[in-house]
Amino acid sequence: MQKQAIFQSKLLPYALVAPQLSIVLIFFYWPALQAMIQSFLLQDAFGLSTSFVWFDNYLELFRERAYFEAILRTFFFSFAIAVSSLSFALLLAVMADKPLRGVMLYRTLLIWPYAVAPPVVGVLWIFMLHPSLGVLSRYLRALGVDWNPLLDGDQAATLIILAAAWKQISYNFLFFLAGLQSIPRSVLEAAAIDGARPMRRFWTVTFPLLSPTIFFLLVVNIVYAFFDTFGIIDTMTRGGPGKSTETLVYKVYTDGLLGGNLGSSAAQSVILMIMVIVLTGIQFRFVERKVTY
Amino acid sequence: MANVTLRSVRKTYPGGFEAIKGVDVDVGDGQFCVLVGPSGCGKSTLLRMVAGLETVTGGEIDIGGRVVNGIEPADRDIAMVFQNYALYPHMSVYNNMAYGLRNRGMAEAEIKTRVEEAARVLELSSMLERKPRQLSGGQRQRVAMGRAIVRQPKVFLFDEPLSNLDAKLRIAMRVEIRKLQRRLNTTSIYVTHDQLEAMTLADILVVMNGGQVEQVGNPLDIYEKPATTFVASFIGAPPMNLMSTRPEEIRSQLAGSNAADAGILGIRPEDFVITDDVPAGGVALPLTVEAIERVGAETFVYGSREQEDQRVAATPGELPPGEVIVRIPGTQAPAIGAKIRVAAARAKLHLFSDDGRKRLEA
Repeated sequence: MQKQAIFQSKLLPYALVAPQLSIVLIFFYWPALQAMIQSFLLQDAFGLSTSFVWFDNYLELFRERAYFEAILRTFFFSFAIAVSSLSFALLLAVMADKPLRGVMLYRTLLIWPYAVAPPVVGVLWIFMLHPSLGVLSRYLRALGVDWNPLLDGDQAATLIILAAAWKQISYNFLFFLAGLQSIPRSVLEAAAIDGARPMRRFWTVTFPLLSPTIFFLLVVNIVYAFFDTFGIIDTMTRGGPGKSTETLVYKVYTDGLLGGNLGSSAAQSVILMIMVIVLTGIQFRFVERKVTY
Repeated sequence: MANVTLRSVRKTYPGGFEAIKGVDVDVGDGQFCVLVGPSGCGKSTLLRMVAGLETVTGGEIDIGGRVVNGIEPADRDIAMVFQNYALYPHMSVYNNMAYGLRNRGMAEAEIKTRVEEAARVLELSSMLERKPRQLSGGQRQRVAMGRAIVRQPKVFLFDEPLSNLDAKLRIAMRVEIRKLQRRLNTTSIYVTHDQLEAMTLADILVVMNGGQVEQVGNPLDIYEKPATTFVASFIGAPPMNLMSTRPEEIRSQLAGSNAADAGILGIRPEDFVITDDVPAGGVALPLTVEAIERVGAETFVYGSREQEDQRVAATPGELPPGEVIVRIPGTQAPAIGAKIRVAAARAKLHLFSDDGRKRLEA
């Protein structure tokens, strides 16, 4: 059976998709195009003259040591955020999948953090862990930790990873819970009769059956860590101290809007765009086909 | 090899619902026991209690002389075949069968021997590397069987294993299961709602209703001497005709027997003959033919009695009051609307107490 709507007028279908298309064109394609054009231009410090410089902005970027450090830092952040958020969310989902008293309340509470906007997440955590205001900072100091993320780059990085992972736990939890609930109970019962203890059951049956979910979430989390952590970084550390929490996205912002180097900033965003395209490509390719059991 | 004994087994859910209300069954070594009953009668729950997948809230379950109430499913030395097969979707057929052996730390060489032997018996040898999703329903069912037999457990448990197969395959697999069980001589408990499966497979048949055992015994004994009206109408297709003995028409014919206490009379459709003679001590009924079904070897005649009958104890598959089914050879076929007289001999009558809970000898 063919699912095809028949329109009398040739214009009507275009009119119907026009609002959506115009949003995509104005807010996505237009800025992307602007960035691409900008990345080939060089402007003087006062914006009085602009010249076309081909790939000079890119070449300049690749010669810059700070850019490579930012790439490494971003990869490390993404990895740390994805792994910690995924593993903690999986642990919570496994626990919430049991028939417990008040399980609905428990599940609802675990989903809440997802509704918190990234900058607010940053503010929340900085309130708890601010070196002089934070509640938790006092306990950390009482434990003998020299806690000062405003001065110590590693501590700042830890703080960012913690806050970013915390925010993403809800999203991962939701998918893991759905994934766990789609595993037929009888398969786990069969494994129990087949002599597999709970831990072995989890690693040999549950975990492999969750692998499509895990892979999907891994890509989503990496994309999240790459791009959506901007708000958290901006409210918590502003990329500092030094450049210890400056990720690629944050560098686009500091170089372009704060540093005024629009050409380099545009080149960086084009590179980021390519990364997203690659990640999305991987996701489509593998989630749809490869990672089925 | 083991006996399975259930002693006043009970299951009460936290909400207070009593799923199993005290069941006693004794399955001898190597016997094939079938639990049969309508949906919700507790038969699957009972099987899952034997497997250890449901807790036992009262009584004892004994497998091979050991009370297993508090023992994990893995340690009961049982194997179970699930209704949806419950194969591990990410493992090959080989690994599906090997999983339980690996969990028990068996050497790979021994595992290979056992899996290949089971695959040969079940004609799965050419499919060992396939994943479950690449198999047909019947093949999946055989993998589930294979997973059970490689373990060489004391007891096989089957939870409606054939209900997802089409009718033809179901009959073939039914015969296969019976042959396999005979050869391996492993004690088996099999749950089904299909009375034909129950009759053909069972050494011991347990008819359940509402969490209780209605009757236990050899399938043919149960067919010939159902203990309650529930069993009478559940076992046998089409179901036994049940009618009240109160109307004068029937009361007079039963006079002189010890049927005075009987409130319900049962006659199997095949025990009627169309005749004008009234056999001595038997029962004859005048009927109007409402419908006939000719299925080749036999003909089913649906007739209505002239006198309205009050409803007798409600049971599954029960006929509407006043309707009678008669099963006659396929060569005969009375016309619709015809007035016929059917009769059954005294020996073929089943008498039950008013509430249908007690069988009386005629």
